Amino acid sequence: MEFTRNMDPKKCPMPCQEPDVRNKNFYEVALGYTEEMAINEARRCLNCKNKPCVSKCPVGIDIPAFIAKVAEGDFEAAYNVLTRYTSLPAVCGRVCPQEVQCESVCVRGIKGESVGIGRLERFVADWHRNNGKKIAAKVETNGKKVAVIGSGPAGLTAAGDLAKKGYAVTVFEALHLAGGVLVYGIPEFRLPKDIVKAEIENLKALGVEINTNMVIGKILTIDELMEMGYEAVFIGSGAGLPRFMGIPGESLNGVYSANEFLTRINLMKAYKDDSKTPVRHGKKVAVVGGGNVAMDAARCAKRLGAEEVYIVYRRSMDELPARKEEVEHAEEEGIVFKTLVNPIEVFGDENGNVKGLRCIKMELGEPDESGRRRPVEVQGSEFDLEVDCMIMSIGTSPNPLIRSTTPGLETNKRGCIITKDESGLTSRTAVYAGGDAVTGAATVILAMGAGKNAATAIDEYLKNK
Amino acid sequence: MTKILKKQILNPTVTKMVVEAPLIAKKAEPGQFIIFRAKEDSERVPLTIADYDRNAGTVTIIFQIVGQATTELNSLNEGEYIHDFVGPLGTPSKVEGLKKVAVIGGGVGSAIAYPVAKKLNELGAEVHSIVGFRNKDLVILEDEFKTVSDKLLIMTDDGSYGAKGLVTNALKELIEQGNTYDEVIAIGPLIMMKFVCQLTKEYGIKTTVSMNPIMIDGTGMCGGCRLTVGGETKFACVDGPDFDGHLVDFDEAMKRGAIYRDTETKKREEACNLLKKGEGN
Repeated sequence: MEFTRNMDPKKCPMPCQEPDVRNKNFYEVALGYTEEMAINEARRCLNCKNKPCVSKCPVGIDIPAFIAKVAEGDFEAAYNVLTRYTSLPAVCGRVCPQEVQCESVCVRGIKGESVGIGRLERFVADWHRNNGKKIAAKVETNGKKVAVIGSGPAGLTAAGDLAKKGYAVTVFEALHLAGGVLVYGIPEFRLPKDIVKAEIENLKALGVEINTNMVIGKILTIDELMEMGYEAVFIGSGAGLPRFMGIPGESLNGVYSANEFLTRINLMKAYKDDSKTPVRHGKKVAVVGGGNVAMDAARCAKRLGAEEVYIVYRRSMDELPARKEEVEHAEEEGIVFKTLVNPIEVFGDENGNVKGLRCIKMELGEPDESGRRRPVEVQGSEFDLEVDCMIMSIGTSPNPLIRSTTPGLETNKRGCIITKDESGLTSRTAVYAGGDAVTGAATVILAMGAGKNAATAIDEYLKNK
Repeated sequence: MTKILKKQILNPTVTKMVVEAPLIAKKAEPGQFIIFRAKEDSERVPLTIADYDRNAGTVTIIFQIVGQATTELNSLNEGEYIHDFVGPLGTPSKVEGLKKVAVIGGGVGSAIAYPVAKKLNELGAEVHSIVGFRNKDLVILEDEFKTVSDKLLIMTDDGSYGAKGLVTNALKELIEQGNTYDEVIAIGPLIMMKFVCQLTKEYGIKTTVSMNPIMIDGTGMCGGCRLTVGGETKFACVDGPDFDGHLVDFDEAMKRGAIYRDTETKKREEACNLLKKGEGN
């Protein structure tokens, strides 16, 4: 199809709810492209020969191919390209850090802004959900059983890919709802739960069986799964125990881990008036940390009615690990960034409730092992912040339940499962792992990439067994 | 969905349920817990396993009706289903190798102390059980404790049954009589466990307590159940729920346990007002 290339140096802007409106509700912030916007944006893609974007995609989506279909207005064909590579396009389009992946190397980004690859991916997935053929074709089963532990991005991707290859896949989920971090962690306003539900329904239509309320390592061990006839196991059990700083006052009421705060809000719907699960609605809230989870927690606190929400981060704005868009959205919504600041003590009242936070200013010194400049305390720069709620978002350490009940499963000194190579094969035959359980806290798309690689490796292994 | 096979009212505020959960029954050990959600929109709440039958594939829970979640659970009847029931969670109680143990249960905590006493009895230990209640009407599991204990002392606050006094009075007396225990295992309200630990510390007797803080996932993800034990942050769901009672910061645990008390009271009052309004019409 012939069309004129769109040479606008800027991306077609994403329609969003106004900051002053959205910071009081939990509806999705970004509203998505219209068909016209999508076609216009797609026509910015040069369909260049080198396709640098593809090499930066953890699941290797043929990006120019799907965009070409959008440019032609054939959205269903675009969707069919996407699903060859990803089981969760509606999710990736929303939560991938595109600016450090595909979009970071887009040729259009040299003189101007890159093509809005993430926005187009989201558009195509949403278009398909609303207009496309609903029924995923069930693949004829080869009769071989594979168990997947955890129904987050790694597990769902592995399950989807294996089901498409004909395996009888059972997913074991510890919580009462499937989706892992997509349902308990990432808030509704960034990733509506109906979308996650729809993606999971797609997997079920492919024949994937999902068993909730099953804590593997407790109710069944990996060895027992093998005895039950599962010929391979994929562990995608996710991150684990939240880290705390070890400063005085962290056990006061009103100090949450981001995991707990977000789980109450997202999984248990504590933001709704009729929810039976409570959560503290702080008036002045400090969120410690600078990642996506910290942004999510801060923006949730704002939506629960907080007057002041601070991000307290020990490095500077340039080092914030969160997606650029999340930081921008947070700033627009009135979140105050206290960077180069670190908490040293939490104060409480006589009933054990948080009432304040003592902080110290930081400056950046020499680079540390991560290559980032190490923050050091500025002597004598202590100051106090008045807060009635504090959310610790400084990372997690892996969950011990599986490693402690699986003999021969090697983990590193941090407790992460050791894999031999990209295949995700662990020190145990037929046992593969991927996602945060292997890497420690990382991103949805990296977990999906690991799930995908493991599915390929499991298929190879079982075919040759 | 987990089927309720048997429901028994033990006293006006305490109910026992036997549920069909063969996989959990196969693995459960004393000291472990389950998390339930009575209905689709209910809160997740942990309950320590009161008993299990591996052959019948059943798990027994005994709970006090204290808030909305337990009220909802109590509204379900035999033949009906609990929406979610997950377990066994937590680390089993370490009872192997103990020769003589005092097992202390307070109120509904006796339901959790019972499987520990039973296991100790099976392992051949000498078991002295002390169970305390506010009054005669609230006494539960007397026969069960009798069959697994070498000595059973029932205490009531008002003396309406057994002996008048607190479980600590009875424990002190047994120790003073010359009983030497390898370990004291105390399960009940925080305040009771705190005072048991104060007493046993004086005598230098190792004491294990079972903590029951607020939890959400129960699998080591949310960190809501954290406690300070020996100056370190511990998670009751994966590190416990059993801990060395002499190291637990009970005062902090009591404050943390009360975090949502205001919200709960308000909710209950609102519900009562609605009822009152209903009556007026």
